[in-house]
Amino acid sequence: MNWRAVGLKFCKVAGLPILEPFVRLVAGEDPKEQLKEIAKYILVPALAIAVFLGFWGLASKHIVANSVSLPGPVKTFSEGGKLISAHFDQKRLDAEARREKKIEAVQLMQKSAAAEKKAQTVSGQQKEMLLANAAVLKKRAVAAANYRPSSAPSFIDQIFNSLKTVAFGFIIATLIAVPLGVLCGMSPWFNAAITPLIQVFKPVSPLAWLPLAMLVILSLSSSGEPWLPIAFLTSAITVCLCSLWPTLVNTTLGVASVDQDYMNVAKVLRLSWSQQLYKIILPASLPLMFAGMRISLGVGWMVLIAADMLAQNPGLGKFVWDEYQNNSQVAIARIAFSVIVIVIGLIGLFLDRIMICLRNLVSFGNPQTA
Amino acid sequence: MMNVAVSDEARPKTGVRAPAPPALISMKQVCKGYGSGESRVEVLENINLNLRQGEFLAVVGFSGSGKSTLTKMLAGLETPDSGTLEMEGQPIIGPSQERGIVFQNYSLLPWLTVRGNISLSVDRVFQHWSKADRRAHVEKFIEMVGLTHAVHRRPHELSGGMRQRVSLARTLAMKPKVLLLDEPLSALDALTRSVLQEEILKIWEEERQTCLLITNDVDEAILLADRIVPLNAGPNASLGPAFAVQLDRPRNKTALNDSPQFKGLRNAVTNYLVAVRQKSRDEQQMASEQPPIQLPDLKPRSMRLPSKAILNAPI
Ligand SMILES: Nc1ncnc2c1ncn2[C@@H]1O[C@H](COP(=O)(O)OP(=O)(O)OP(=O)(O)O)[C@@H](O)[C@H]1O
Ligand SMILES: [Mg+2]
Repeated sequence: MNWRAVGLKFCKVAGLPILEPFVRLVAGEDPKEQLKEIAKYILVPALAIAVFLGFWGLASKHIVANSVSLPGPVKTFSEGGKLISAHFDQKRLDAEARREKKIEAVQLMQKSAAAEKKAQTVSGQQKEMLLANAAVLKKRAVAAANYRPSSAPSFIDQIFNSLKTVAFGFIIATLIAVPLGVLCGMSPWFNAAITPLIQVFKPVSPLAWLPLAMLVILSLSSSGEPWLPIAFLTSAITVCLCSLWPTLVNTTLGVASVDQDYMNVAKVLRLSWSQQLYKIILPASLPLMFAGMRISLGVGWMVLIAADMLAQNPGLGKFVWDEYQNNSQVAIARIAFSVIVIVIGLIGLFLDRIMICLRNLVSFGNPQTA
Repeated sequence: MMNVAVSDEARPKTGVRAPAPPALISMKQVCKGYGSGESRVEVLENINLNLRQGEFLAVVGFSGSGKSTLTKMLAGLETPDSGTLEMEGQPIIGPSQERGIVFQNYSLLPWLTVRGNISLSVDRVFQHWSKADRRAHVEKFIEMVGLTHAVHRRPHELSGGMRQRVSLARTLAMKPKVLLLDEPLSALDALTRSVLQEEILKIWEEERQTCLLITNDVDEAILLADRIVPLNAGPNASLGPAFAVQLDRPRNKTALNDSPQFKGLRNAVTNYLVAVRQKSRDEQQMASEQPPIQLPDLKPRSMRLPSKAILNAPI
């Protein structure tokens, strides 16, 4: 396959028709047609975004409450830029502090070694004193070496924390939902047993789960120190409980609706139960499974913000909440930046794209772009 | 109804030939329908068929007459409602690797490559072989159907004809005792079709496996088969009398086109099928026309009332 075909295939599998005209243009196909495509996929959306920004700017001039006005796009983006540069400043300071501490640790270690050496030469009470001194110095050296800057998590830290939370919750949800869905799809009896439970729990609001999740985690962690912060676990479990259902329902559907023709092939070959599962049923239901996981991840990301707010997990939700408490012009601009540009916009889009790409990889013959 | 049992006597002009070889698969008085109660449809009725060792038998019939149902029963994917269905004296109760079936719609697994699809069955059927042997076996059959250049492609990247070749190779590679081909070429265009017909003929003449071909093309049946059995139009389809094809092998399509024997046979089979369909249509029409509904001789008392009633009616 030449590079052009590879490029086009990538566009298709990745669900990125935007890139297709560029690949074709570079490959020297009819430029007029490609320019039309580019206009359709890039110029028109860009125009729409410009119109949106215009309305936003207009609105920001007229919406004022408690002497705080809605920030306009320019202010929003400049605050966003500051947030990001603040992160790097903080990181630089932290790194500096850590380096100093490290130097200090080395010095302390040397002092301690010197004291120990000296202790070899003397005896009696003096020796004991020197040894005790060395031990204290060593302890301080270790503490300095393990120094962690105690600065509050910056905006970007919070983004990563959010991503970690959502990934944790989503992975747990997938690990539960996929096997359960496969069981439901394969056994109508099991499905009949589980369906009422699914139907009752599915519409429950994510935030209703949160107190329960917190209770469960507190009861579990009462016996000892949990490996992960409680707020993190609470958020993650809430995400998990919400993103369980789409994957579960779609996996059940996918497994139950495996083409009868494929099953006939399995029957003629007299495949064993496990071979049927791994060679026919699972591959055949992967596209629907991934379609479900895509919805799950979207739901999880949406729920996470609210869960973070309530559980005080240091993620984007907490960021929005804390800024809201600040109630200043700057804070509102920061909220607008995090909510509009980072949260809903880019990360959600990015996660969705990844899932589309995965789904297209497993649905041979009919990759959809949507 | 033409309800002639297809047995050994039903073969005309057999005097010169050796006695018929024993039946490998036999169907006796087999009936099959789908659904239950009100929605029940009887598809096949009183099917009697002997598939002899080493013969190439073609079943021709119109669309929807139950040809696929017949093959699925022979493959063991469907069970007959009544009657007996035996292979080498043993009742057929489920699918077996001895009866390889080529499905009408190919049924290739879309997530496997050409090689993957074929080796799935080879790996299963010849489990005890060494890995290298199995691999060589797969390659041999890929080569046999001429797909060496496409081994890494997935079914959606293949043309219809290529898919059918994969499907054929997958079944042939299982080395079944009986080959059941369910309209293997119906979905293809005429050119591809005739190329594949020749290929099937060539492969069959090498292996001489027992083979049942389902088709809706009389020419194809004559070109390939030793015997042709028409399947009457459904519902309640039964098999018609067998036509023996006594053309010499190896057969050649272009040569056959001028042969008077070929033309005669084609006319005979086609006329039979058309006549049977006409008859079943007439019967159906008769049945639907039978009870004429007696309308009561009533007149409304007034024409005003109903319109008022409609106007006042709650929706
Ligand atoms: N699983 C099923 N359930 C109910 N009815 C069925 C089922 N399979 C087939 N039928 C009915 O049985 C009849 C025969 O179907 P079948 O598929 O055997 O026809 P066919 O001769 O193979 O047709 P074609 O040439 O179009 O493939 C049809 O009327 C069809 O509606
Ligand atoms: Mg059919």
